[in-house]
Amino acid sequence: MTGAAPIPHLFPALLQVLPQSSDYIRILPEIVLSLFGILIMLLEPLIDEKKTDEKKNQKVLGVIALVGALAALCATWVMSQSPGLAFWQMVQIDGFSVFFHVLIIAVAAVVILSSYEYLAVQRIRAGEYYALILFGTVGMALMSSAVELVLIFIALEISSISSYVLAGFRRRDAASTESSLKYFLLGSFATAFFLYGVALMFGATGATNIGQISHILQSEPVPLLAYVAVALMFVGLGFKVAAAPFHIWTPDVYEGAPAPIVGLMSTAPKAAAFAVLLRVVFVIDVHALFWIIWVSAALSMTLGNIGALVQSNVKRLLAYSSIAHAGYLLVAFAAAPGLGTSAAMFYAASYAAMNVGAFAVVSHFANAGERYVSLEDYEGLGRSSPLLAATLTIFLLSLIGIPITGGFFAKFYVFSAAIKANLIWLTIIAVLNSGIGAYYYLRIIVVMYMREARKAVPATPAPLSLRLALAACMAVTLYLGLSPNRVLQYSQGSAEQLVQRTGGETQAPALSQR
Amino acid sequence: MNTDNLSPIILTLVTFAPFIGALLLILVPRARDVRILALVFSLLTFVLSLHLPVYFHREHTEFRFEINRPWISTPNIHYHMGIDGFSMWLVVLTTFLTPLCVLISWHSVRERVKEFFILLLILETALIGVFTSLDLFLFYFFWEATLIPMALLIGMFGHERKVYAAVKFFMYTMIASMFMLAAILWLYAHTGTFDFVAIRDQIARGAAPSFPAAAPWLFLGFFIAFAVKVPLFPFHTWLPDAHVEAPTAGSVLLAAVLLKMGTYGMLRFNLGLFPQQSRQNAWWIIILALIGIIYGALVAMVQPNLKKLVAYSSVSHLGFVVLGIFSFTQLGLDGAMFVMLAHGISTGALFMLAGVLHERRHTYEISEFGGLASPMPVYAASFLFIVLASAGLPLLNGFIGEFLVLSGSFQAKAIYGILAATGVIWSSIYLLWMYQRVFFGKVTHTVNSSLPDLSGFEQTAVWPCAVAALVMGVAPIIWLAAIDPAVQAALAPFVHIASRMAGQ
Repeated sequence: MTGAAPIPHLFPALLQVLPQSSDYIRILPEIVLSLFGILIMLLEPLIDEKKTDEKKNQKVLGVIALVGALAALCATWVMSQSPGLAFWQMVQIDGFSVFFHVLIIAVAAVVILSSYEYLAVQRIRAGEYYALILFGTVGMALMSSAVELVLIFIALEISSISSYVLAGFRRRDAASTESSLKYFLLGSFATAFFLYGVALMFGATGATNIGQISHILQSEPVPLLAYVAVALMFVGLGFKVAAAPFHIWTPDVYEGAPAPIVGLMSTAPKAAAFAVLLRVVFVIDVHALFWIIWVSAALSMTLGNIGALVQSNVKRLLAYSSIAHAGYLLVAFAAAPGLGTSAAMFYAASYAAMNVGAFAVVSHFANAGERYVSLEDYEGLGRSSPLLAATLTIFLLSLIGIPITGGFFAKFYVFSAAIKANLIWLTIIAVLNSGIGAYYYLRIIVVMYMREARKAVPATPAPLSLRLALAACMAVTLYLGLSPNRVLQYSQGSAEQLVQRTGGETQAPALSQR
Repeated sequence: MNTDNLSPIILTLVTFAPFIGALLLILVPRARDVRILALVFSLLTFVLSLHLPVYFHREHTEFRFEINRPWISTPNIHYHMGIDGFSMWLVVLTTFLTPLCVLISWHSVRERVKEFFILLLILETALIGVFTSLDLFLFYFFWEATLIPMALLIGMFGHERKVYAAVKFFMYTMIASMFMLAAILWLYAHTGTFDFVAIRDQIARGAAPSFPAAAPWLFLGFFIAFAVKVPLFPFHTWLPDAHVEAPTAGSVLLAAVLLKMGTYGMLRFNLGLFPQQSRQNAWWIIILALIGIIYGALVAMVQPNLKKLVAYSSVSHLGFVVLGIFSFTQLGLDGAMFVMLAHGISTGALFMLAGVLHERRHTYEISEFGGLASPMPVYAASFLFIVLASAGLPLLNGFIGEFLVLSGSFQAKAIYGILAATGVIWSSIYLLWMYQRVFFGKVTHTVNSSLPDLSGFEQTAVWPCAVAALVMGVAPIIWLAAIDPAVQAALAPFVHIASRMAGQ
């Protein structure tokens, strides 16, 4: 009983060490998502006990997952009300992280919606599928708000490991297994690069917190090791965003993975990785990184578009196109910090809407065992399912970058940021590439409307869940195309915060000399 | 002025009325109702568009019926529409021809009827939008927006090689307009606005310091996009393919209006924004136009295919337009504008008439016909009337425009006029020779002897064109009265340049 006396003295100290309630609020979306993921894992075995109406039960899990995602969106709103640092400066909530939270969680919600039908048709057991999507979302969301390199790494791993498993979810198909294994092997290799970069950065600066690193690097001459560190981190993140020359895995993995998951993989983790990259880019004198990004952007656009030209499988075609789009996004990175950041954020948002939408349509057409994914199978779809074909057409037009779709303004902002930063050649390459890009997207449209069906491809009507998912993607795509003001202003505001905090404005002149 | 309360919104109404019709069509299940509704909306648009010439004040040289509202703040895009003497008649031409296109397609389109008329109405909205927008962004949007319905019309409803033609059409114009987009973006980056009037004033004031260095490239950027659309030799190869494969209504709008987008663009943007560069580059553009006139006519002469013949004749006629524009004379520009309208009417009608033959025989080969005048007298008479209008017979519309262009180019340089004048001769040769082979002599193929004459729908589609051709030929002043002030305004900067050049 004598030991009771020191407790009052210990208490304030303990309180300082323990996380506070505001800390938890700042990771509320992640907490909500994790709880729902766990709930699904717990419910799944119970539900499977009664085999009476399995399809319906599976749907229950899907609905729980959707509710989880929507709850997380609400949690994001709560989180956005208390901006600031949390957990000993490991997590930062600002406009930037809120933007990516909304983006990532919304993508997850739409993918969950579009998975209902897919899972039923493919006869895939739903339980872990939805849980993994939610857990993956936790990782991606955390990546966008983490400002501590080690935490970023952990978040990256959370999101990666879920996507490795999700990629192999069509167990009965060898292609899916191949996809999963390939993704896993190359992915772990790439994350190792990232980790190595983190370690070197720690060696160079003695810090792993992005804010501290930025402070140290600005006050003294930048050690060579720091450049190497950033380059290695770029390799790791470049893999995640499928930027050339780290893109080789993309077509195979996208081809084998379940179509809705490809919709997820090609957007949300990419957005998260781009968020990290944006934060990292401002840390170190960008000039060293500038040429790496320049070359990677030019290569990604060119290789992606040229690769897509010769594809006959729609999923592979969209895989190559996603490489190209990563390239366009990198163009924004090569441009000046302020303008380029908001352009990149806008691009990520509109790309997410149109690509998830496109993959939702693809996953519907694919039918059992993903039999119908070649261009040939899309012949005559304009006649047999006009509404879905029209929807896909709008997404494809947006991917081309036709005005009044989000894709147009996305490209517009990126290119004008590049022009303002005097990156004339990169802009020319980008513009030429979008010309090439128009050709293969158009091919899908041509095949759908102008050719007669040679094969009997069953046209099943789209279920309500898919319609909702498509309507959401369409609404965002057109909204961004018709009145991009609000999203752009929001991203500009948060980009300015980001640039100011990390001292990006001092680097802006150095860049614009290019 | 008080009488037209519609003035601020009339352009919006005219532009989007067909689009609203297209949206309503989605809800209509029966093919017959689809046709009727399409006709109603295209006629409604035509009636609305008549408001424009009625309330157009001639002495007004700047834009009329303007509407200018902020739309998107970054980039600074305004919903800015307005018309002058140039664009007004092109709008009316579009709204005049679309109902006729609906009529000519009434029976000939039997499959995917709904899609066809939806695309037709969307195309009409896009075409009108091109002529009414005064914001470069809006203009570019409508410009691109014409592509998709047109390509789909060709690709879904065309003939044997439709996919090839549709893709070729799309890629040619899409890639070319990328250059224009680049130029537009440059202008935006250096002036901070997409507004045509604001940019023009800034350039004229010299408020854009880096403009003189970039202007030659910007001029080319716009020019390439327009030249492919016109199409100016040597960018014309997509045109015959697109025409031959397109359904009749598609051909009509393609020839009558889509090509005019190119010449209108030159008139509005190349001349409006870059007067100096237009002067400097005029010589080679005129040479290309002359090549187009003569080459187009010669190639038209040897075509075995009726539609290809008309397509190449378009290349020739549009050469006149470009020649007139770049002669920088009052007569030349008046004539260019008039040829645009006249060509729209007469070539539109020619394509309708060619479509009528295809409807009956499923071929456009001239050798398949002959002696059609006896089984189809009404058809032959209508055809003759339109052919004469197209060949430039006095008192019909073709004559006025070509005469004005020729006088204008004589004023600019005699040799231009002399060379271009041969084009008039060629055109009467290929048109009349074609007419002779198709209609005169004995019926060579027995199937042709029992071909039905023009049906009621076809007559209602073709005769308004014939009437218009006659009225335009007899009373061109109705049109020229509005065109003249616009031309004077367009030529005003050139007078400055010329006087400055003379002073040096």
